[in-house]
Amino acid sequence: MSSALAGWLQAGLLVAALAACYVPLGNYLAHVFTSDKDWRVERFLFRLMGIDRNADQRWGVYVRSILAFSAVSVLFLYGLQRLQDHLMLSEGMTAVPPATAWNTAASFVTNTNWQNYAGESTMGYLVQMTGLAVQQFLSAAVGLVVAIAMIRGFIRSRTDKLGNFWVDVTRASIRLLLPLAIVGGLILIAGGSIMNFHPYETYTTLSGAKQTIPGGPVGSMEIIKDMGNNGGGFFNTNSAHPYENPNPFTNWFEIFTLLLIPFATPRAFGKMVKDNKQGYALVAVMACIWLLAVGGISFFEAHYGVGGATAAQIAHGATEGVETRFGTSGCSLFAASTTVTSTGAVNCFHDSLTPFGGGIALFDIALGEIAPGGIGAGMYGILILAIVTVFVGGLMVGRTPEYIGKKIRPVEMKYAALYFLTLPTVILIATGLSIGTHQGQSAIFNPGPHGLTEIVYAFASEANNNGSAFAGLGTSLGWYQTLGGIVMLLGRFAPELFALGLAGSLARQQPVPASAGTLDTRTPLFVGMVIGVILVLVGLTYFPALALGPFAEGLH
Amino acid sequence: MNRLPTVIRQHLAGLRLLLIFTVICGIIYPLVMWGLAQWLFPRQANGSLVSYQGRTVGSSLLCQEFVNAKGQPLPQYFQPRPSFAIVGWSLKEVKGKWVVEGMGPNNYGCNPLYSSASNLGNNNPAQIQFVKQRQRQIAKFDHVAISKIPSDAVTASGSGLDPDITPANAAIQVDRVAKARHITPAQVEALVRTYTTGRTLGFLGAPVVNVLLLNIALDEQYPV
Repeated sequence: MSSALAGWLQAGLLVAALAACYVPLGNYLAHVFTSDKDWRVERFLFRLMGIDRNADQRWGVYVRSILAFSAVSVLFLYGLQRLQDHLMLSEGMTAVPPATAWNTAASFVTNTNWQNYAGESTMGYLVQMTGLAVQQFLSAAVGLVVAIAMIRGFIRSRTDKLGNFWVDVTRASIRLLLPLAIVGGLILIAGGSIMNFHPYETYTTLSGAKQTIPGGPVGSMEIIKDMGNNGGGFFNTNSAHPYENPNPFTNWFEIFTLLLIPFATPRAFGKMVKDNKQGYALVAVMACIWLLAVGGISFFEAHYGVGGATAAQIAHGATEGVETRFGTSGCSLFAASTTVTSTGAVNCFHDSLTPFGGGIALFDIALGEIAPGGIGAGMYGILILAIVTVFVGGLMVGRTPEYIGKKIRPVEMKYAALYFLTLPTVILIATGLSIGTHQGQSAIFNPGPHGLTEIVYAFASEANNNGSAFAGLGTSLGWYQTLGGIVMLLGRFAPELFALGLAGSLARQQPVPASAGTLDTRTPLFVGMVIGVILVLVGLTYFPALALGPFAEGLH
Repeated sequence: MNRLPTVIRQHLAGLRLLLIFTVICGIIYPLVMWGLAQWLFPRQANGSLVSYQGRTVGSSLLCQEFVNAKGQPLPQYFQPRPSFAIVGWSLKEVKGKWVVEGMGPNNYGCNPLYSSASNLGNNNPAQIQFVKQRQRQIAKFDHVAISKIPSDAVTASGSGLDPDITPANAAIQVDRVAKARHITPAQVEALVRTYTTGRTLGFLGAPVVNVLLLNIALDEQYPV
């Protein structure tokens, strides 16, 4: 079998598996957040937390609960890293330096999982297990519940209540993430992902040298890293490391878990608004963009050009930073899927991708993580873009725009515009500041236009809570650690604030019945319009940066 | 409790949620997974370690270097891919040539404590120099034409710990290994075939040869 055909079959199986999960998982997701019956363990946890499970929160209170929880989490995670040398299971690691600890705490609480440290030589087992991996569950749950609260904005009327944050997060973790993590984690471990608490042990190799092999609770973290669209690996080289991602099957399975929940969430949306076709329209937008990304990166990694003077052309293959067992097709499929889902795990190194392949990875992130996006975050992101599309459509035909029975008025559009403007503003300002400072420039690893791409990619990744990197960039400098932490927090919580504000405003409205002038948002026409709006908005916003970085390098 | 300001109450609720889930997701969950893993899949969970002549020599999932004390490749062994899993490595330019400098006593790569990719870009002059340099070294070591050398032999892996090489990479090493062990290339080829794994299910990933397992089989059957 040719490697191209094998690559397409690999992607085809993925599409089939995701399609098969769409209805059952989406329905289950909707059930998790609409069921009135608490499980016994949930009732026990609510008592332990001292919350009134029936107290619905206004949108402002919902936001403040998220911020309060996240602030506590950042402090806790920072403290845990700073004190790890005094705690058990530190494996002899020293306290994490302050700037690294700050960056990492912000990174894991925001679901970004940007890593400016090497796991196996920085973080002990205790921090990985009770600090980082816990946030991988909870930050994923937070993303998901914001999406659910936003959907409630569409289905509720004449209220300003969006649900209870504490109840939602508990449900998301107990009913969805934990059961899936246990099953998925065992599959990864069966494949060879390690799960032990051994101290690092030194052996004599076959040829008589010494080799020290690390251990660790890897499998349990690996699954939630992928399934929660976190991306922060136990080891420095993430999903390229054979102890995280041991074989071609686990690789396929990891890609599947990256996409699983984000692709099923539109079904939950359709189910909750009682119109499944609305879900199909949004998932179609996501699927089209994802497949374009997969096709694009696969194409450029396989067709690196012949007879030229680039490293891949001289070597007869774009295999730098690629593991043999995955091949370039396994690398491309992973790279596209990790950048469109805000996961940021990597199984091959994006800095070493071909200029256009890496450029597409950057473009995927710049899209704002909506196709299908991070867990929950993709859903509220695409809802905002659907609202923008409805608005644009309304302008064209001169009608009041409506979406899912709610009017899109100036106040809703203000929230949507603020949501959309936050990320480019943060990314481009941070990039500009970095290029203008000595420290910012000194971190560049690869010369020429590629160096600019490294910096743009870093802040796009952090602001969009992706976490992958053009990892040559020396981000262990204080400048990148401090600024990066701020960028990640802004990139996570400002959009969530605007999304929930929009939801609160929608929830107060009385639904309007669809009329002859209502744009039908369940048609292929609408799907095409949303894709158009996304590509045009992002394309125009980032065109200068993309032109000076990847385009300049690739066309050189 | 209710007399506290709302802001404080929310932070306390946040802290309680965090602590409760730190116990559930950070302690109970990994311990359950550890128990299940050690019961159901102990070999995998403990690192897929392999033994030879009664002692553990490494892991079938992690590459190891087959070099002499000077860091030169040993001809009787199949050689893994170039690796940047080197203690604290950095790139230096010395007299117009790029070199990789490590901070350890031996800086060969395949060090599982420092998994790392090179992160070198496709147009980076250092990367272009390294690829050409490796091609020249392999051409000399294995007596093959540069056009025959597959890309995995001259590019570094993503993890720096890649346990595998491509079948094409194994094929160019066969004659050299056979000569060093005083056996026929056909005998070596037979072993290479045994340790070649095709695509999973016929289409997942890429065909590979596991270097450590192959070298162990060579030592076992045709000791030097």
